[in-house]
Amino acid sequence: MVEQETEPFLFSKANSTLAKQIVARYPKGRQASAVLPLLDLAQRQSGGWLPQSAMRYVAEYLEMPEIRVYEVATFYTMFNLKPVGKHLVQVCTTTPCWLRGSGDLMDLCRRKLGVEKGQTTPDGVFTVVEVECLGACVNAPMVQINDDFYEDLSVEAFDGILENLTAGKTVKTGSALGRMSNPYRKGE
Amino acid sequence: MLDPKDRIFSNLHGQESWNLSQAQKRGDWDKTAQLIKKGHAWIIQEVKDSGLRGRGGAGFPTGLKWSFMPPVDDRPRYLVVNADESEPGTCKDRDILRHEPQKLIEGCLLSAFAISAHVGYIYVRGEFYREAERLQQAIDEAYAAGLLGKNAAGSGWDFDLYVHRGAGAYICGEETALLESLEGRKGQPRLKPPFPAVMGLWGYPTIINNVETIAVVPTILRRSGAWFAGIGKANNTGTKIFCISGHVNTPCNVEEAMGIPLKELIEKHAGGVRGGWDNLLAIIPGGSSVPLLPKEICETVTMDFDSLRSVQSGLGTAAVIVMDRSTDIVKAIARLSKFYMHESCGQCTPCREGTGWMWRVLERMAIGNAKISDIDDLLDVSRQIEGHTICALGDAAAWPVQGLIRHFRPEIERRITAYTQGNAHA
Repeated sequence: MVEQETEPFLFSKANSTLAKQIVARYPKGRQASAVLPLLDLAQRQSGGWLPQSAMRYVAEYLEMPEIRVYEVATFYTMFNLKPVGKHLVQVCTTTPCWLRGSGDLMDLCRRKLGVEKGQTTPDGVFTVVEVECLGACVNAPMVQINDDFYEDLSVEAFDGILENLTAGKTVKTGSALGRMSNPYRKGE
Repeated sequence: MLDPKDRIFSNLHGQESWNLSQAQKRGDWDKTAQLIKKGHAWIIQEVKDSGLRGRGGAGFPTGLKWSFMPPVDDRPRYLVVNADESEPGTCKDRDILRHEPQKLIEGCLLSAFAISAHVGYIYVRGEFYREAERLQQAIDEAYAAGLLGKNAAGSGWDFDLYVHRGAGAYICGEETALLESLEGRKGQPRLKPPFPAVMGLWGYPTIINNVETIAVVPTILRRSGAWFAGIGKANNTGTKIFCISGHVNTPCNVEEAMGIPLKELIEKHAGGVRGGWDNLLAIIPGGSSVPLLPKEICETVTMDFDSLRSVQSGLGTAAVIVMDRSTDIVKAIARLSKFYMHESCGQCTPCREGTGWMWRVLERMAIGNAKISDIDDLLDVSRQIEGHTICALGDAAAWPVQGLIRHFRPEIERRITAYTQGNAHA
């Protein structure tokens, strides 16, 4: 957790509206249930990580003790407690992906971006992390970058994705082979 | 092999659009109100007759679970759908969420009515951001068409359905950890009893089912429990989505009849083992939590709860992880141990400490840096974890290690001997 004081956090106007809608999904008095979605919202607004001020804000918003929010934020892996790069590259290395070459994808990150897992490139564009099974095993190996899955990757395909992201281009999500979870390629 | 006319998930691969109008053309939401008018007891009985067993891994009979709900009183009751799909090897619910969402939504209405619940939550793993987005769009479409909300689908039953995204924790797939998470806390499993049917979400009666379980309910009710029970084998009925990953030529998700021979499943649907069947080393037949099977057993075993149990493994989530002879089998299992270490919630000492201990020992064994007696120590520790924790994560961490030792002890011994001799000569 980054301890230093950060700027005070407030939901943006759009996020305030969203937060109200989210809290309304749960019965009256059960607003603590909204802690995961609201922390997610706060993280998105803060550029991909959760400053302490944002967690405190969510605690106040939901009338929860701060500690209850902190312990949630530290328990779930998707909350980043320190700043991350513009593209959070989450390489799955659990056995189904490992069997199909996730190690090579990790190596490529090291070679191409010059960072070890858990590190951010000096220009702040990429953070590379190792993650556990992301549930796309029949399209292994796969990588999640921010919200999107990139599947059926070869080292070349992954290289192309990183290349395009570096150049600020949009990148096609999903299977690099153009297939869904079925055995066939498109058009076959 | 499954007769194509018995297939439930006709759009499993997203060949057609997921949207409501297409889903209705495929048969979803066809006279749903008439099914509901037959009553709570009729639905539960049909599901019991179908022999449907929970598709999330444990295989508990669904109809029986529903019948554990206490009699209706003035308290709220809830249906919770477990879409926290995170068991390594498993990716079937993802395809239901993105390609067949209306089957799940209709299943929610019918199941919620069966247990007299007016509210449902679908807990989707946080990483499935796009899948949750798709599901929300499908729910919005269903609301707009009057299929959810007040007098849902013209049935006279009010039903609201919400998506709740997780935030990255395998343990939240355990049903009581899921409830903790849904209530806004760390996902640490609860002691049972009381079971959720009696005391679940916010302390109220709650039924928690897997996505695939709920999504097959509408078809069972339309085509009858007897029809579903006629597919597969006795006590292991119906169709099942299998996820075939690892060293096969065409990894895929496929819906098949329960009880299909494992070899046939792989050869017919996944293009066979890479390098041919004889290149097979071992298969994990039901997701990372179940013990692996060596090639000899894979030759003949069938894919159902009871057959896999009889060979000391399990059907689990029916996620088939295939490993060919190029696989470093000790490393493959060590990586799973690392997974369980990472995902242990930390509540129970045997699991919190034991999962890391097993991983470290396996990493050493992978290079042979161990003593022969360490193998029995490892087995012993795995048995001290198994059955000694609040939830089944401890068991799930122990079983793959036990499977490895059961079937590949000579390989571990070979590495230890080679390493020891190598060091002696140096």
